[in-house]
Order: sequence, then C-alpha cells, then structure tokens
Amino acid sequence: MIGPLGNGADDRSTGSGHPPVLDVRELTKVYGEGEAAVHALRGVNLVVERGDYVAIMGSSGSGKSTLMNIVGCLDVPTSGRYLLDGVDVSRLNDRQLALVRNRLIGFVFQAFNLIPRTSALANVELPLAYAGVPAAERRRRALAALDMVGLAGRAGHEPNQLSGGQQQRVAVARALVTEPALVLADEPTGNLDSRSTADMLTIFDELNAAGRTIVLITHEPEVGSRARRLIKLFDGQISADVRQDGPAGAGGADRMLDQPTATMERIP
Amino acid sequence: MNLFEILRFAVRGVTANKLRSALTTLGILIGVGAVILLVAVGNGSAKQITDRIAALGTNTLTVQSTSRGGASSTAITVETAEALRDPVLAPDVRSVSPVVSASATITYQGADHSVQQFVGTYPTYFGASNTPVGTGTAFTEEDVAQGRRVLVIGRTVAEELFPGVEPVGAEVTVGGSLFTVVGVLEEKSSSSGFQDANDVAIAPLTAVQQTLTGYGPVSSVVVEAAGSDRVDEAQAQIATILDQRLKVSTTGSGNGSNPNSSPYRIQNASQLLETQSETADTFTVLLGAVAGISLLVGGIGITNIMLVTVTERTREIGIRKALGAPRRVILTQFLAEATMLSLTGGGLGVAAALIGSRFTVVGVKPVIVPSSIALALGVSVAIGLFFGSVPASRAAGLRPIDALRYE
Repeated sequence: MIGPLGNGADDRSTGSGHPPVLDVRELTKVYGEGEAAVHALRGVNLVVERGDYVAIMGSSGSGKSTLMNIVGCLDVPTSGRYLLDGVDVSRLNDRQLALVRNRLIGFVFQAFNLIPRTSALANVELPLAYAGVPAAERRRRALAALDMVGLAGRAGHEPNQLSGGQQQRVAVARALVTEPALVLADEPTGNLDSRSTADMLTIFDELNAAGRTIVLITHEPEVGSRARRLIKLFDGQISADVRQDGPAGAGGADRMLDQPTATMERIP
Repeated sequence: MNLFEILRFAVRGVTANKLRSALTTLGILIGVGAVILLVAVGNGSAKQITDRIAALGTNTLTVQSTSRGGASSTAITVETAEALRDPVLAPDVRSVSPVVSASATITYQGADHSVQQFVGTYPTYFGASNTPVGTGTAFTEEDVAQGRRVLVIGRTVAEELFPGVEPVGAEVTVGGSLFTVVGVLEEKSSSSGFQDANDVAIAPLTAVQQTLTGYGPVSSVVVEAAGSDRVDEAQAQIATILDQRLKVSTTGSGNGSNPNSSPYRIQNASQLLETQSETADTFTVLLGAVAGISLLVGGIGITNIMLVTVTERTREIGIRKALGAPRRVILTQFLAEATMLSLTGGGLGVAAALIGSRFTVVGVKPVIVPSSIALALGVSVAIGLFFGSVPASRAAGLRPIDALRYE
C-alpha cells in the first residue's frame, strides 16, 4: 500500500528510476464557504526531486504554511493531486496516512512541538515507537540522531530545561530519526536567535549533503539563500522558482552539473 | 506497536503531570469513598435500630391484664400463668414467666437507690427477656420454690450502690427485708429513651410477693415461644387458653369486636420489630438518595477533570498524530490512562471507606453494604473511562493540523 520507504542509501542516488519525492499538481485549498471563502492556494504545481534542498518564501497569507501542512499530510487539499514518493496521498485512509507521516515525512515545526514533561530522548524515540522499532534499537537510533544535532549530552533533559535552539535541534533529531524521504520544516528558525539559526542551518546543510531531501519555509532571506532552490509564493500561487548556487550546493554540486544552475519559471 | 508499549506510554503520560494525576485520583477517591461511607452509615444506623429491638427478645410475648381494679375472675394470676405452660394445648410455648413489679428502694450500708423496676419472676425470665447475667449467677427454680431472698441487680444499681466494691454476696435491704445479691446483669443498651434498662433488680417471684407486692394478680406474664418463627402460633395458643380460663365469650355481647372488651392484651415483640424495621428502611432509602446525589456530584467532578485533562492535551494528540501515531494507538493510550486513574482513585476510595467504617461516625458504627462498593466503583470508573476516552477519541479523529492549532 505504501511505496518503498526512503532511507539514506537510496537518497544518495538521484537516479531516474525513482519517482520525484514530491509531485504536487493543481493544488487548491479554500477555507470557509461562499462569500467568506478564503483561497489559500490557487493551483500550485511543484515537483521536488530526491536530494533537493528547497526553500519556500512568501509574505504572510501567501499560503506557504497551508502548502506545507498539506505536503506534510497534516491537512487535506480542497482539490488537486499530491503524490508523495509516487503514492497518491489523497486516496489513503487514516491508518495509511499515519504510516506515511511516520515513515516518509519528518516534520519540524516553528513552535518545536515537543511533548512536554518528556525527556529529549523519549521525544526522539516517539516516531520510532509508533513505527514498532524494538526498544533497544530505538534507543540506539535516537541517541545517534541526538548526537547528529549535537545534543547527545542532553538526552535526559526535558523540553523546559532546554533553550529554544536546543529544543529545535531535538525536534530536528525527531524528524530525522525515522530516516524519512522528505524533511519538512515550517519556519524552523522563526523562533530562534541568530546563533541558533546559524547552527540550525549548518545542520540542514549537513543533512542535505548526506542526501536528505529538505523543504523548508522561511521569512528570512539569509535562510532562503542557503537552499539550492528558492520558490516564492504570492497569493496562493508560485510566483518564482529559482535554482541557486547556495552554500549547500558545495557538498553535492557535482551531482547538479547536468541541471541548469538557475531557472526562472513564471506561472501564468 | 504492541499493547505493552502503549501501556508504557500511558504510565509515562500519567506520571508526566503528577499533580494533575493526583488531583484526578483524589476526586475519584472522594466520590467513591463518600458514597460507600454514607451508605454504610445509613445501613449502620438502621442496623442499630434493629439490634436494639432484637435486644428485647423477638420471640417473646407479653400478656398483660387490661382490667382495672380487677374483678377477680378476669385477673391474671400466677395460676393463670402456670396454665399457659401446657405441652398439649400450647406446644409452641417454651417458657412462661409471671412477672410482678414494684418500685422499691434498695439500701446498702447507708447508701440507698430507688430502683425503677423491681421485678419478681421465674428464672426463665432471664432467657425470655434477653437479660443475661454478667457476673455471679441467676437465682434458680428452687430459690423461687423456697422463696429465698436473693437478688440480681442491673448495672446502674451496681454502680450506684457498690462503687468500686464487688456487689455479689453483699446484703442489701429492700422494703425492710434483707436480700442477698447473687448476680449482676450484663450491661444492656437502652431500649427506650426515658427508661434506663440497667436500672433494674430481679428477685424470685415468691420473695417479692412476700415482701413487697402481696399475693395478688401479676403485672404481666412473659411468654417465650419455641422460636421466632413460632411466635404467631404461640400467641394463638395462649389466647385460646386465656379465653377459656378468663371465660371470655368470643361471640361477645354487642361490642365484641372491640378489642378493649378483652380482659387481657398480648404484646408481640416481632410486630414491634416489623414497625421499627419499616422506619429503618425509610431511613436507608433517604440516605441512599443522599448517596446517589453525592455519586452524581462526584461523577460530575470526575467528568470535569477528565474533560479538562484531555482537552488540555489536544495539542499533544496533534503532535503525536503528526509523528505518525495511528488513531487506535492514541485512543488506547488515553483509555489506559483513564483506566489507571479511575481504578487507582476508585480502589483508594474503597480503601478509605473501609478504613473510615472502622470508626464510629456521629455515634453510628457504619456497616459496609457490599453492593454500594460495586455501585460506587462501577459508576465512577465508568464515568472516568467514558469522559476520559470520548474527548480523546474526538481529538484523535481531528486532522493533525486542527489538533495542533487547538487552543
């Protein structure tokens, strides 16, 4: 029922055999009805290939959060098709959706959304527990993920004992621990100071260099400039889609040589 | 994800917020405990009433003469009483004790005490009237036959006349005659509000007749039936004998239907018991209603805290869903948490009620009604489970984004 689960080794090869991680077609989302209807998304088309690093920018109300929530299977579109790793998500039932969220997507929220009064380690272990991973392996993988974000020493701390930057790093570890095909981040640096932001961006750069597909939303131009591909949303439509040679490109630039370094695309 | 894992999550959920869990448990504890204890107090006081009446003796009948001034033909005498002890005509009568009573003053070494009831009777009276002898002995048939001046006194009399002294063997003066105290009655709970049941002295019938009352009619005859289920038969049998001896025409003359025309009256302790039991039942129903209301209030309390607990965690449910928790797993976790809290609270409530029932509450010794434990525990746990799992089910059914945005 669900396509092959993404894992680190597969992500390295951005071969033509794999469907795009993300394939969004004519996506619309309308809140409310009749006169009061708000069109958050007005037909968005977006394809994200394996191993890409995409930043979505746009002003408030441009629909970027709505898009992100739909892509993360947290919300459902009003119309349009959404293929995640080749699977049509709109046809899945509640149980299958839970499986998709668990195995294919790692979500990082602006508000961290850690479970309160629960240790960092237990928070990171949570998606693995829902995936049915045995306790010993769960612990090993969760510690490895915490180590990756530089928080191995804080595994026993509860969220309220951690700074905002540390909490967000725990959240990133939690998003990574299942080795998802797609890491989504909804303004991950929105609540962080500049130093934590820099740490966070370094982590994302490393992740992408390791072959992980990342889509993030941001307000901040310096965050957007780090991505390989910058998409701008305006009034629920994509107004710009630029491939750029950000710092993240350094790690895997050789893989991108066959693609144009920058493309401009305007949606009519 | 197996059940054991989910249970571990539930334990973690319960222990994550200890204060909230403790308060929830406390609410259920008080609800369950209060109901069980309240019903126990109601039951205890009802039982107390029943016990007091049972202390009078449930299988005794008291025959009293209703004739005032008394034509000698209708007076009940010792001979009349002896006639009631008839194995042929009255097979259901176990014993017959004629009773004469007088008020008298007992004097001992200068101290005197005016005893409320000075009773002359047969030794069978002790068994029939349910007044066992505590220390010393009762008098015997032979004492009655010989007219020996021996005396069994009640606890109050003993305390008044013999403070700190052993009364058995002491010689007291009653109406100018010397009596020897041979026994002290066991303490008896006061059966009626005005009379002290312990302010009594019992002596052989013959001795009292000799010294105090003379050989006239007796005050009453206490008849003991062969068993508490034979009381009605015994009553019918002695009525027949009495009608014969006192020459009462059952057809009557004009006002024969009037019970007052009968020269005697038979009092039945079990009838009294029945009336009093009805009163006690009313009391139990009343307390049951109060308990029901406390259960309702307790239930609303549990509902409230469960709703708040789950609503407060809607966001957490959203996070769990976003991380890929299936609806079933979330539901099981919250149901397990609600079960733990309800059962712990309910169990502690039962324990508290059981401990509380060991103490006397407002002068009543509570007696636990087992069905009240089942009812209180059942209702509280059911409410806890329902209101713990239904809002959780609602939250788990939301789209993750809606649960996450929930304020």
